Amino acid sequence: MTDSTQETRLGTIISGSLTAGVQVKMDPSRSVEDVAVGRYVAIKGEKKRFFGLITDVSLEAVDPHALVMPPDISDPFIAKVVSGTTTYGKLNILPMLTISGVAGAAGAPQPAKTVPSHFSEVELATQADVEMVFGKEDKRRFFIGNPLDMETKVCLDMEELVKRSNGIFGKSGTGKTFLTRLLLIGMLQKSRTTSLIFDMHNEYGWEGTSEKQTKVKGLKQLFPGKVAVFSLDEDYDRRRKVKSDFTVKIGYDEIEPEDIELLKNILNLTDVSVQTIYELARRFGDSKWLDSVFDLFDSGDRESVKGLDIAEGTWRNLKRGLSMLRRLKFLVRHAPEDAVSTILDYVTNGKSVVLQFGGYDDLTAYVLVANLLTRRIFNVYREKVDIASSADIKMPDQLVITIEEAHRFLSPDIAAQTTFGRIAREMRKYNVTMLVIDQRPSGIDEEVMSQLGTKITCLLDNERDVDAVLTGVSGKSELKSVLSKLESKQQALIFGHALPMPVVVRVRDYGSAESYKELGPAGASEGGKKDKADDLWE
Amino acid sequence: MDIDKIAEVVETSNSEFVAQCYELEGVPALGSMVKTRGKEGDIYGIVYTSATHSIEPGRRITARGHKAASDADIFKENPQLAKLLCSDFHALVVGHKHGKAVYQYLPPSPASVYAFVYSCKPDEVRLFTQSLNFLSLLLDSKLPVATDEVIAAFLRYASRAHPTPQDFLVGAGKELAWLLSNDIRRLDSILKRLTQ
Repeated sequence: MTDSTQETRLGTIISGSLTAGVQVKMDPSRSVEDVAVGRYVAIKGEKKRFFGLITDVSLEAVDPHALVMPPDISDPFIAKVVSGTTTYGKLNILPMLTISGVAGAAGAPQPAKTVPSHFSEVELATQADVEMVFGKEDKRRFFIGNPLDMETKVCLDMEELVKRSNGIFGKSGTGKTFLTRLLLIGMLQKSRTTSLIFDMHNEYGWEGTSEKQTKVKGLKQLFPGKVAVFSLDEDYDRRRKVKSDFTVKIGYDEIEPEDIELLKNILNLTDVSVQTIYELARRFGDSKWLDSVFDLFDSGDRESVKGLDIAEGTWRNLKRGLSMLRRLKFLVRHAPEDAVSTILDYVTNGKSVVLQFGGYDDLTAYVLVANLLTRRIFNVYREKVDIASSADIKMPDQLVITIEEAHRFLSPDIAAQTTFGRIAREMRKYNVTMLVIDQRPSGIDEEVMSQLGTKITCLLDNERDVDAVLTGVSGKSELKSVLSKLESKQQALIFGHALPMPVVVRVRDYGSAESYKELGPAGASEGGKKDKADDLWE
Repeated sequence: MDIDKIAEVVETSNSEFVAQCYELEGVPALGSMVKTRGKEGDIYGIVYTSATHSIEPGRRITARGHKAASDADIFKENPQLAKLLCSDFHALVVGHKHGKAVYQYLPPSPASVYAFVYSCKPDEVRLFTQSLNFLSLLLDSKLPVATDEVIAAFLRYASRAHPTPQDFLVGAGKELAWLLSNDIRRLDSILKRLTQ
C-alpha cells in the first residue's frame, strides 16, 4: 500500500445492495468525524472501479456489551485501541457509476448495475476520479461549483443541459437567484442558446443584489453584446438611472381569455366569471373584448350584453377583477410596437432578453405578461420550426425561457392548459425549453416535474417539496438525507440529464472582481474575441 | 540482552518446553522471548513461568538464614547449596524459523532435548513481532498461570524492542480488540496492564 492510498483509504465493504447502497466498515485509523455525507468515494472492485456517494455515517460496536459497559476510555491508550476495533464507524455508500478498472484511465463512466464484491477497498475519490466523472471546463462545459471538501470543478455540459427543461428549487434565501444567474451566464458563455428571462425582481438585467445587500453585476454588464434588457416600467428605470433597450407595452387586443383564466385565483374570479369572459370574447371578438368590456364598465351600460344573461354578482365579480388590470400602466389600448416581434427579432439575432418588471413585482403582472408573451413566442417558434423542418432549412436556435414562481404557471390544475405546461411536455420538438425557478416544487404538476431534465436543488426542508423534487430518482431516500443536510447557502444538489450522477456542490463565487473576469465573455474558451469585437459596435 | 546460552531444554513438547538455567536464579523475565533449536530450525518461546527448587524432587528447601546477617551469607556459608538447587522456566512455543522465514505457528517437531536456550536479541524480537498473529496462540493457551499476565508482560517487553513502543502497544491492543471482540472485560483487563 502506498502512502497516498493510506491517506485516502476509508475502509472495506462488508454488505449492502445496489438499491440500498453498500455498507463500509471504516478503518480503525479513520475517524467518522473526518468524513461527510455527500462526499465521493471510489471503490476498488475486483474487476471494476466504482464511483459512489456517502449517504450516511453511523457508529457501530462489535459487541453490544461494549456499549453497555464501555472500556475505560478515560485512559488515552485504551481509547486509542478501542476506537475502530471494538467500536467502529460505518458508512453507507450509494454506488452510482462504474469507471474504468484502472484509476485515472480514460473511458466514459457508466451507471452502476451491480455492487463491488465483499471487502473491496473504499477510498476517497481523487481529483482525477471526479474530473473523469464531471469533465473538465471546456468550450461546452461550464464550471458551476466544487464538490464538498474538494477543489475539483464540477462542470455542466451546457449544450446538453438546454436541450431539456430544467428546474432550480430551494427555500427562500438559499441562493436560487444566485444559481440562476450563474446558469444563465453559463448558457451565454458555453452554448448557442438564447434566453428569455422573466425577471420579476429585477435581479438579472443590469445589476442584482447579493444576500449582503451589495450590488452584483447583471447579465447586461457581463455580456453587453449578447443581452438586451427590456422593461415594463419606465419610471423604475428612470429612478434607477438605467437605460433599457426596449419598453414593453401590451395592448388590450393582445390579451386573450386564457390569459385571464390563468389569473383566476389572483384576480379572485369565479368559475362563472371566467366562463363569461369566454362568452364576451366570442361576442366582441378576440382582439376587442377587453377594450369593449372596459368601455362597458366605464359607461355602466349593460344593455349590449343582455343577450348573454350575466348575473349581477358575476358582473360585479368581473368588474372588480378586471379593473385590477387597469392599474397596470404597461397595458394600453393599442401597443405602439409589438413587443413579441421585437423580442423575437432580438432572439433570432442571438441576443438574450431580460424582461424586467420594475415596480410591477406582483403576481398579476408577472403571470399575465409571462404567459401572454410565452404563448405568442411559442406559437411563432413552432411555426418557424415547422417551416424549417418541411423546407429542410436551418432550425431556429434553442430558446430557454426562465420563469420564477413557476408553480403559478405549472400547478396541477392548470399545467395542462398553459403554454408553460406544453413547453415542459413537448419541449424538444420546437427548440424551446424552460428554466423553472420555484420555492414550492410540490405545487408544480407531477408530469411537468418528471419532464425536467436537470434539477438543481438548494436546501428544502418541507417533506412534500423534497418528495416532489426527488420523484423518480434512483436512490431517493439516500439523496433525501443529503438534501436535508445541505447548508442554507451556496450549496446545492444537482442531478439529472446534464450530469452522470447527483452531486452536491459548493457553488462558485459570484460577485467578486476576480469572478467577473472568469464569468464574462472572455471567460469562455471560444467566442470571447468575437464578443469583444461586437461590443465595439454597441 | 545477553546473546549467550542461558539454559538447556530438559523437557519438551510441541507446544512448550522446560529449560534448566545454568545459573541459579538466572531465569529470564516473565514474558520475555527465548529461542532454542528444533530439528527444522530455531523455535521461539515466551517465558510463562519459572521456578527455583531442589534438584531432588523429594527434597524440600528448608530455611537456613536464622543466624546469617544477610541472605547472601547463606550461600557463602553453605556453598553446596548452589549445586543442590536449580532454576528452570517454562516457555510457550509461539513460532519458529525455517531458513530465513519466521512462522507464527507451532513448528512441525518439538524443541530438541538438551538444546541450548538463548535470550532473543532486540532485533529478533522486533522481527518476530512485525506480525501479531501469534497473539491468538497465546490467548487460546491454557496455562497454569494467568495467561493475560503473560500476554501483557510479553507485549510490554516486546514494545521496548520497537522504536516507538507506544505505537506498537496500540497496534497490539487493536489486534487484541479484534480477537476479544466478544469478551470486552478480558480485553479491558489486558489493556490496563499495558498502560505504562
